[in-house]
Amino acid sequence: MSPLNLAWQATRSTSRAVAFASLIGASAIALTAPAQAEFLDLEIEDLTFGFIKLTDMAPLAVAYELGYFEDEGLFVTLEAQANWKVLLDGVIDGRLQGAHMLAGQPLAATIGYGTEAHIITPFSMDLNGNGITVSNEVWDLMRPHIPSMDDGRPQHPISAEALLPVIEQFRDEGRPFNMGMVFPVSTHNYELRYWLAAGGVHPGYYSPEDVTGQIQADAFLSVTPPPQMPATLEAGTIYGYAVGEPWNQQAVFRGIGVPVITDYQLWKNNPEKVFGITAEFAEENPNTTLAITKALIRAAQWLDENDNANREEAVAMLSMPQYVGADEEVIAASMTGTFEFEKGDVREIPDFNVFFRYYATYPYYSDAVWYLTQMRRWGQIAEQMPDSWYDEVARSVYRPDIYLEAARMLVDEGLVSEEDFPWDTDGYREPTDEFIDGITYDGRQPNAYLEALPIGLRDDERVVGADVVTN
Amino acid sequence: MTTASEFDAATDDAAVREAKKEARFAAITKAGGYLNILGLGWLVPILKIAAGDSPKYQMRELWQLLVVPLIGIGLFLAAWATLAPQVQTSLGAIPGPAQVWDEAVGLHESYLAQKERAAAFYERQEARNAELIAAGREDRVRERQYTGQATYYDQIFTSLWTVTVGFLLATVIAVPLGIASGLSRTVNGAINPLIQIFKPVSPLAWLPIVTMVVSATYINVVEPLPKSLVISAITVTLCSLWPTLINTALGVSSVDKDLMNVGRVLQLPTWKTVTKLVLPSALPLIFTGLRLSLGVGWMVLIAAEMLSQNPGLGKFVWDEFQNGSSSSLAKIIVAVLTIGIIGFLLDRVMYALQAAFTFSSQR
Repeated sequence: MSPLNLAWQATRSTSRAVAFASLIGASAIALTAPAQAEFLDLEIEDLTFGFIKLTDMAPLAVAYELGYFEDEGLFVTLEAQANWKVLLDGVIDGRLQGAHMLAGQPLAATIGYGTEAHIITPFSMDLNGNGITVSNEVWDLMRPHIPSMDDGRPQHPISAEALLPVIEQFRDEGRPFNMGMVFPVSTHNYELRYWLAAGGVHPGYYSPEDVTGQIQADAFLSVTPPPQMPATLEAGTIYGYAVGEPWNQQAVFRGIGVPVITDYQLWKNNPEKVFGITAEFAEENPNTTLAITKALIRAAQWLDENDNANREEAVAMLSMPQYVGADEEVIAASMTGTFEFEKGDVREIPDFNVFFRYYATYPYYSDAVWYLTQMRRWGQIAEQMPDSWYDEVARSVYRPDIYLEAARMLVDEGLVSEEDFPWDTDGYREPTDEFIDGITYDGRQPNAYLEALPIGLRDDERVVGADVVTN
Repeated sequence: MTTASEFDAATDDAAVREAKKEARFAAITKAGGYLNILGLGWLVPILKIAAGDSPKYQMRELWQLLVVPLIGIGLFLAAWATLAPQVQTSLGAIPGPAQVWDEAVGLHESYLAQKERAAAFYERQEARNAELIAAGREDRVRERQYTGQATYYDQIFTSLWTVTVGFLLATVIAVPLGIASGLSRTVNGAINPLIQIFKPVSPLAWLPIVTMVVSATYINVVEPLPKSLVISAITVTLCSLWPTLINTALGVSSVDKDLMNVGRVLQLPTWKTVTKLVLPSALPLIFTGLRLSLGVGWMVLIAAEMLSQNPGLGKFVWDEFQNGSSSSLAKIIVAVLTIGIIGFLLDRVMYALQAAFTFSSQR
C-alpha cells in the first residue's frame, strides 16, 4: 500500500474521487503537451464506447482519464452497459461506435451465431482475469475431495473432479446443479466448460434447435450478467459461476462463495477481452480506427509499466462509480497481483491481469481459432469445418494490420518502444500445453486439437435432438 | 360615569378595530387556501396568532398541522436509525439516516468534482487549440462539450424531462379520446375493451416492444430528444394515459343533463358544447385523472430506466446496485428518497394547477 493509497482508504469514496480527479488533473496537465504536432485526419471525432463493469475495461478508462484519447483528437464518452447483449446490439445498430467485448462476440457475430454482423477487432484488451467461484455449501462438499498441501491449504490447481460427488449428491436430492456464466459465446462459458470437462463433468451441448447448451449436461449453465453473479449466488439460484474480476473477489469479501480456480491456472496467459468495432466503421473511418488503437495501446502500456507500478492508480480510477464502482480493496485484490481463494488464503498470481506484457494487445489469429474450436466443441458450430475455414474467419475478424500500423506510428512518435511488438509474427502463437489437463493447442490445426480434447464434438459429429450422431 | 358620546366613541373604536381584525382574518383565510395548495397550511395558525386570535384554539390547529407530522417523521427516523444496523446484507449493514445524509453530501461533492474535471477538460482544450493555432493548423481547432459521467443532478433533470415529455404525450392522446368516449356511446363501446386489456399491462412488458419500434423508426434524432429518452417517455405514455382517459370519459359522461339540454335548445355547435359546457364541468375529474397519471408515470419511468439503462434516476439506482461497493446501499436510499420527494412535488404541482383551473379543489 502506498501512503497515497492509505490516505484514500481513510477518506470516503467521493472525496477520494475528488482527490483522484485533482491527481489525474495534475498528471493530465503534464501530458497535455502531446509529443506529436501531427494529428491523423479523423473522419469522426465524437465517439461513444460501451463497456461492462469489469476490471478489464481498464484500458478504456485509462485512455480517457489520462487524456490519451484527447491526444489523438478523439472526444470519447464511455457508457456502462446493462449486459453483453445490449452492448453488442449497441455496436451493431450504431448507438455505440465501439466496445469492450468478449473475444467470442466478434467471432460469433461474424459467423452468424446469434446476431449476425461483421465485427472486427484491431486490439486485444488483456490476458487472464477470470475465475470460477462456487457457493460456500458446494465448497464444503467439495473440500474433502481436494488434496491438501503440508500447511493444510488445498492443493492448486483444483480439478473439477472434486465436483463429481457433489453433483451426484445434488442429483439424488433432485436439485439440478446450476451454474452461471456471462454469455453463450463468452470466454467464461468456454473456460467453465473446459474446467468441468477436464474433470469429467459434462457441461452440455448446444444444437441448432436447442441453444440452451444443456443437452446431456451434468452441470446446467445459464446466463447471468457479471455484476449480478454474487447476488444470484447468494439467492441460491446458482451454485457456482465463471466471471471476470471483481466479481470473484467480491464473493470472498461478502463471504458468500469461494473461488476454486483462476483462468490463469486453467490456461496460462489466455486471451480475454477485445475491443470490437464494426467492419463498416473501420472501412469508413480508417484514421479514426487507427487513432483509437493508438490511444488503447498507450493505455495498456501504462497499465503494465515498470512492473505494474501504476496499478494502484488504475485501481483508484476503476473504483469510481462511472467505471467499475466496486470498493477499491476489492478491485485491488486481483489487479495488484494477488488473489484470495478461501478467506485468508491469499496466493501470489502476479500475472492475474496482463494488459501489455507477452504481446497481450496483439490480436493473434491463434486466439481467435481457439474460441472457434470451443464453439465447435460444444456444438455452437453445428457442422465440421476444415482447418482453412478457421484461418479465414480469424483473418476476417482479427486485424493485426491495423494494430501494427498504429504501433508503428507510436514508435515513430517515441511513445512506445520497438521491442514491445511482434513485428514479424504470422499471427499464430507457438503451440502451448499450459492447460490444466496438459493438452497441446496448436492454432494451425484446429481439427486435430478437437480430437485430442475429452468430452466434446469432433470430426463430423453433430447433435440431433438429445444425441450425438456421426454422418 | 361616561357620557353616551364617549361610550359611542369607544364602541366605534372597538368596532373599527373589530372590522380591521375581521379583514385581517379574511385575508389570512384566503391566503390559507393558497398555502394549503403549497403544503404550507401550518402557517395559517401562526399567522392567526400573530393577528391576535385566541392562541389556545390556534395552538391546537398548529399541533395538528405541524407538530404531529413532525413527530411522525421523527419517529420514523428513530426507528430507521435503530433497526437499520441490525439488518446485515452482503454489502454491510443497511445504512441509517446519518450514513445516507453523508452519502447525499458525497453525491453533491462528486458533482463539484465533476465540474472541476470539466473545467480541466476545457482548459486542456484551450491549450491544445492555442498550440494548434500557433502551429498554423486552424482547421484542427475543436470546441467540444465535456463528456464526463452524468452527475446526480443531471440524472434528476433527465428523469424530470423524460416524465414531462411522456406525460404531455399521454395527455394529448387521452383527453380528446376521453371526451369522445364520454360524449358518444359508440366510441365508448369501441374503445372500452381495449382500455380494459391494456390498462393492467406492466411497463416492463411494453419496454422491449417500444425499444425495437423506436430504434427502427426514430432515425433523425434531434438534440433534446435522444433515442433513449424517447423510449422511456413512450413507455411512460403507454402506462400513464389510462387514468386520464378513464376519468375524462367519466367526467364527460356525468355532465349535468340539464346543462346538455340547454345546449341543445340553444343549438350550440359541438365544438362550443365541448368548450363551454363539457370541459368546465368535467375539469375536476380530468385533473384527478391527470394527477393519477403523473403519479403512475413517475413510478413507471424509474422502472423503465432501470431495465433499459436509459439515463435518469432509475439507471443511477441500477448502476449503484451493480457497483456493489460499501456506499452503494446508502446511495440507493438517497435515490429512493429523491424519487419520493420529487413524486410528492409533482403531485403538488398538479394539485396547484387543478386549484387554479377549477372551482372545486376538494380532494
